[in-house]
Amino acid sequence: MASYNTSDFRKGLKVQIDGDPYLMIECNFVKPGKGNALYKCRLRHLLRNTVLDRTYKGGDTLEAADIVEIEAQFLYRQGETFVFMDNESYEQYELSGDQVDDGWKYLKEGMACSMMLFNGNPIAMSPPNHVVLKVEYCEPGAKGNTATNVTKPVKVETGAEFQCPAFINQGELIKIDTRTGEYVERVKE
Amino acid sequence: MFCGSSKMTADESSFRSTAPWHNLFLRAQLLVRLRAFFQQRGFIEVETPLLSADTVVDCHLDPFAVTAYSDPTKPHVGSTYWLQTSPEFGMKRLLADWIVDADRHCSLPSSLAIFQVTKAFRAAEVGSQHNPEFTMVEWYKQNESYQDAMQFLSQLAEQLLSLGPAQLTSYRKAFQNALGIADVHAASIAELQQAASQRKLDIPESLRTADKDSWLNLLMAMVVEPTLGRTAPTILFDYPASQAALAQLHNDESGTTVAARFELYVQGIELANGYFELLDPEELERRNHTANQIRQSEGRFTLPARSRLIDAMRSGLPSCSGVALGFDRIVMIAAGASKIDQVIPFPWHRA
Repeated sequence: MASYNTSDFRKGLKVQIDGDPYLMIECNFVKPGKGNALYKCRLRHLLRNTVLDRTYKGGDTLEAADIVEIEAQFLYRQGETFVFMDNESYEQYELSGDQVDDGWKYLKEGMACSMMLFNGNPIAMSPPNHVVLKVEYCEPGAKGNTATNVTKPVKVETGAEFQCPAFINQGELIKIDTRTGEYVERVKE
Repeated sequence: MFCGSSKMTADESSFRSTAPWHNLFLRAQLLVRLRAFFQQRGFIEVETPLLSADTVVDCHLDPFAVTAYSDPTKPHVGSTYWLQTSPEFGMKRLLADWIVDADRHCSLPSSLAIFQVTKAFRAAEVGSQHNPEFTMVEWYKQNESYQDAMQFLSQLAEQLLSLGPAQLTSYRKAFQNALGIADVHAASIAELQQAASQRKLDIPESLRTADKDSWLNLLMAMVVEPTLGRTAPTILFDYPASQAALAQLHNDESGTTVAARFELYVQGIELANGYFELLDPEELERRNHTANQIRQSEGRFTLPARSRLIDAMRSGLPSCSGVALGFDRIVMIAAGASKIDQVIPFPWHRA
């Protein structure tokens, strides 16, 4: 397994601590003139987004995290298992519901998404920034009400619910921003 | 779910200076004031080799090695020269030379005071206050006492930064103030560890079994240093004997053997390091040997223990004090800059 010495430490390094993948988001070199070097690092957990502060002494090492992002396609869901396919190798990867996290709300069969592989194993996926979903159920839209500040819950084809303007009707297509989970616009077929 | 990373684009403006022009003008002004300060006090400016067959032997300083080849078809064959980590050796050789036949230069002053503004190099030191190539001001004054050397440094800092004279605080007192350790020189490793855990410091795993100096350094860097020089410039003096480097040892008022070494701090930043200079060549050889043993135990390459400095000390070095000042950091303080990149046009990543 490759490892990084403190002299390689820099922002953007992907490392492994206690088996988890972290991104180095800050690295401060501290050294009294005649003393040994210290590296005060801030690391972000690549999946949980939690932040960890760690100090290392010059000469310490951290294991490199082999993190690869691939382009993939969502194939299907079987209970709590989500199956994807690598667009290049056609290899199939499975993610659990926990790993997919909020992603299930957006996943339609055949959808393009990116996947993160950690030491060759899939650990997370990311849908496109915007997805178009079909409204499966909602209260009927109030005719003539085009205001976007009056919202109502809308259930889409994936089974997820989003807050949408009151004028949205069943059977219509809506665009959602997957980074915020917010409604963007109505889409014509 | 994760947020996909955006691809890095090549930075086409990386030819540009990281330091704003007003900082570069300030830098030039400070340099003029610095030279005037020394010239008004009878110092002469000297130049010694940047690239030398000798180098300072320190456990924590790594010099760049350069192969001095003579055959351009074999650029990797030749003897090793070192880029200086400070101009200490060359300047002390001048002091030793001065007294070899002192009566020969009767038209010159009776005692020697020299200064130098030069580049120094330290491998792998990159950070908000560090650049592997930096500007160092170093000076030596024959027959100057430990106390006078600290006063002189205080005056220079006042001249350059206009923050008033420096407060003198002993190393022991600084540890009392910042950590509540009564006598850091007598403290056991366990006491230092306890102070660190009370402060909830994050301790590197590799330090847990380390020696006392490593623990002192950790507490110094993480807790004590940030508190120094906050209200006025601070000169810290009487370092632990184990951190003497090239300073003489002496007994402080409590009878503890400490190093006659001092450092200047402003706003938590270390600006200068000074010694009442060690004169004994055998003591230097012993310290070099210890430093090389530590280097070896850490897997670092060893440095040449023999040097022309030892020859110079055998011939005789006059009693003197010497100080090294980080000029880039002086500019940082004067400019109110938080990063060294703001006062150096082309730092390491753009050099």
